[in-house]
Formats: sequence, structure tokens, C-alpha cells
Amino acid sequence: MSTLELRRVSATTAPAPGIRAVPTITKLVDTSTCIGCKACEVACQEWNDLPPETTVQMGTYQTLPELTPNFWNLIKFKEHEDQSGLHWLMRKDQCMHCEEPGCLVACPAPGAIVQYSNGIVDFQQDQCIGCGYGMTGCPFNVPKFSPTTRRVYKCTMCVDRVSVGLQPACVKACPTSCLQFGTKEQMLTIANQRVDQLRENGFMQAAVYDPPGVGGTSVVTVLAFGDQPELYGLPRNPSIPVLVRLWKGPLKWLGNVAMIGGLLGVLTHYVRYGRKDRNATS
Amino acid sequence: MTNAPRIVRYAFGERLVHALAGLSYLYLLLTGLAFWTPALYWLAIVLGGGYLSRLLHPWMGLVFSGAVLWMYVIWRDEMRTTAEDSAWRKALLHYIRNEDVQVPGAWRFNYGQKLLFWLMLLGGAALLLSGLVLWFVDSIPWELRSLRYVATVVHAVAALATIGGFIIHVYMGTAVVPGGLGAVIHGEVTEEWARHHHPLWLARISSNAERRR
Repeated sequence: MSTLELRRVSATTAPAPGIRAVPTITKLVDTSTCIGCKACEVACQEWNDLPPETTVQMGTYQTLPELTPNFWNLIKFKEHEDQSGLHWLMRKDQCMHCEEPGCLVACPAPGAIVQYSNGIVDFQQDQCIGCGYGMTGCPFNVPKFSPTTRRVYKCTMCVDRVSVGLQPACVKACPTSCLQFGTKEQMLTIANQRVDQLRENGFMQAAVYDPPGVGGTSVVTVLAFGDQPELYGLPRNPSIPVLVRLWKGPLKWLGNVAMIGGLLGVLTHYVRYGRKDRNATS
Repeated sequence: MTNAPRIVRYAFGERLVHALAGLSYLYLLLTGLAFWTPALYWLAIVLGGGYLSRLLHPWMGLVFSGAVLWMYVIWRDEMRTTAEDSAWRKALLHYIRNEDVQVPGAWRFNYGQKLLFWLMLLGGAALLLSGLVLWFVDSIPWELRSLRYVATVVHAVAALATIGGFIIHVYMGTAVVPGGLGAVIHGEVTEEWARHHHPLWLARISSNAERRR
């Protein structure tokens, strides 16, 4: 991806260099048409050539309990029972590519996390120092720390494919078109049409999950039970944690003023009062 | 000056632990500031790169914690506030203005030194506990993520508090009190110095020496 398409760079005092105007891309996940085949998981592993993970038998169809540094796309299976019967809910757990990324805000390493003009949030592991702040900043519990390299990994939205005009590997592999890829506008149009269909089919609470607390995401999800995102393991109203914002905002400002004030204070004291009685010196 | 009667102010162990605490704190301060603001990230580069700085920072934190604990063991009795301290505190402005004649005499440590000691002890404890969470943030379950957020803020606030104490402490020891730095490095001060800065302490050790004779 070109330097001209860098919209945000972590831990930098200079403005990001991106000047090129490109449309925001989005991956659409329609949970109501997911059949749980996990082709997306395999495609992700294959395209990114990630080391294999040993699967964990959890008594469900789920491959692993949660994402790992080597496994960036996990279909999570949940069972939900209501008056209409048993519902098998599947959700694609991966980086949501937030418009306002908590990981990037929290990151202290210059250039370790970037956001491209098309909305992709990407980790540059060569700049990562493995502090874990990005994991603390993320409201979705996505970035994972690798004890081997002591750096953090997550879905790249197949930035290497997208930057040459291809769709992400998971979308390419999806057999039901429950995964689709395009501009945010296109995807939201399709998502809303799908929500209308679901409502006609009796899922009156169906909704698009594009949480405004993080400025919207580049992965939008159609939920049949849109009023209860928790059923799918999604936070109801995710945002950058308030204490992380406090730390990177007012506290940082206050701390800098205090430290500079302290240095100026002792300097002023020295100029005004100087050292204590020389006669008492050793 | 060289022939002036000299007395031992800091034993070898005390000097060693002070140096250990001071140098480890300095490393923690510089690398910590690098992670605090991008404007100071170059400090981490100078110290071997961001990756190495992040790798060593927690281990150096353990060294500092150990040194502070050691100081607590050897100094806690002398660091308790005494009746004389309240008089000293009331004369703080005189002390700041270097009008030392109007400042009541201190024991081995004056009230300001005691404050720094307790600040570093409590701040160090807060930094250690929050630092352990940040070190093993990966092991904190998602359900307990509030702990991560609290630790992040506590670590920064406690660091800022100790930095305030550190600035004043280093300034006092190197610039304001002649002989202060020498005392903590070489261990000895003149009797005249002790009479000026810590008269009650001098009187006590003199009478102790007297009794032993």
C-alpha cells in the first residue's frame, strides 16, 4: 500500500502523509446466510501462509476458543433459544478495522500500527515493540501477542490482495456469498436490503452492526437478532476504553505540563536562591 | 577542608542500594518516557531500540522494586515522622529560600527526605503492581479487562508522581546542597556539614561515640 494512502500512523507527532482520496472498503458479513463451513478460516490460513494451529475440541463446531497470533479469522458458534425455537448463531471473529482504532490510539511505537485511506488498519510487526497496549486499546479483544516473536498479530484485511484490486481471501472462498467485499456504501446498501428481507421473514429485530462508538467499522455484520449483539459475542456499544482515552488525552497533557513545570520550577529556584551556605560544604 | 573532621553518613550497603535504585530508576524513567510520548521515543532508540527497551523495562522494574524494598528494610525506622518534623514542615518556606538558620534541626533525614522516601515506596508499589498487569496483559482474562485499563492509568499517574519527587531529589542533591552528592557516593561528610544540615543526628552519633569510648 502506498505511502500516499496512509491516513493514520501510530505514535507520531507529524501528520500522516496520505493525500490520495480512495473509497472506504468494507467486508460484509451476513450471519444469517453463514453455513459454518469455515472455508474462510482455511482461506485466511492459506493466503497468509500462517503456521497451523492445533484445533481445540470445544463440543461445538468452533475451531478454537479464540483468535491467536497465527489464526486471524475464527467463526464463533453460539446457540440461542427463544419462543420460535433453537437458533444457531455464527459470527466471524476478526479485526473489525475500526474507523477510530483503539489499538492505534494506544500504541506507543511510531509506525507500528497504521490506518490506510481505504480504512484498513494494519500492524507493521517490524516496528512493534510488543508492549501489549494495542490489545488494551482494542474493544473487540482481537490483537494477539505471540510469545515467540513478542509482537502482536491480527487480520490484515488481506491488504496485499486489496491493494492490487483483489478481494480478501476469506471473501473469495465464501460459498454462500455471506461474505462480500466492496465500498462501504455498496456494502451498507446490500446489508440494509438483507435486513429488510430478514424483517419480512419475521426477524423484526434484524439490524446492521456498524458500531458508531468506534466511528463505524470496515467489517459490517448483519445480525438477525440485531437488538442483542451480545448473543453473537459482540459488544453492544464498543468504544475505545474511557481510561485509555483519559491516559492518551488529558492525563498526557497534564503530565507533560507537570514535568516541564517541575524542570522550570527547579531552574527558577536555582536562579533565584541558588545553593545553600557554601561555608557548610564538605 | 580536607583536614576537617569527617564522619560516615552512609555505610557501604546504603550507598550501594541508593546507586542501584538511582540507576535503575533512571533507566525506567528514560524508557518509560519513550513509551509515554512519541516526542521522546528517541530515548528508546538511544538505549538500544524500542523492542529492547520494552523487553528490559519490566526486568529493570524488578531491580528497582528490590532496591526500594531493601531501602525500606534498612531505613524505615529513621524515616518515621517525628515531633521535630512538624516544626520543620512549618519552616519549609525558609528551607526553600535557603534561610537555613530559621529551619529547625533535623535528625538523620529531614522531613523532605522522608517525604521522598515514602513517595518512592508507595509510588514504587503502585508501579510494581500495575506494571505486573501490563507485563502479563496477555494473561489477564478478557472478563477482567478493566484491570488492564486501571493498570495503564495507575502506572502513568504513579510514574508522574515519582518523577516529581525525582526531579526535586536530584536537584537538591546535586545543585542545592553542597556535599550531598559526594556523601551518597563516598559516604562521608564533614562535621560542619552535619551540624548545618542534620544537627540532631550529629548530636546523637557524637554522644553514642562518646559513650562507646
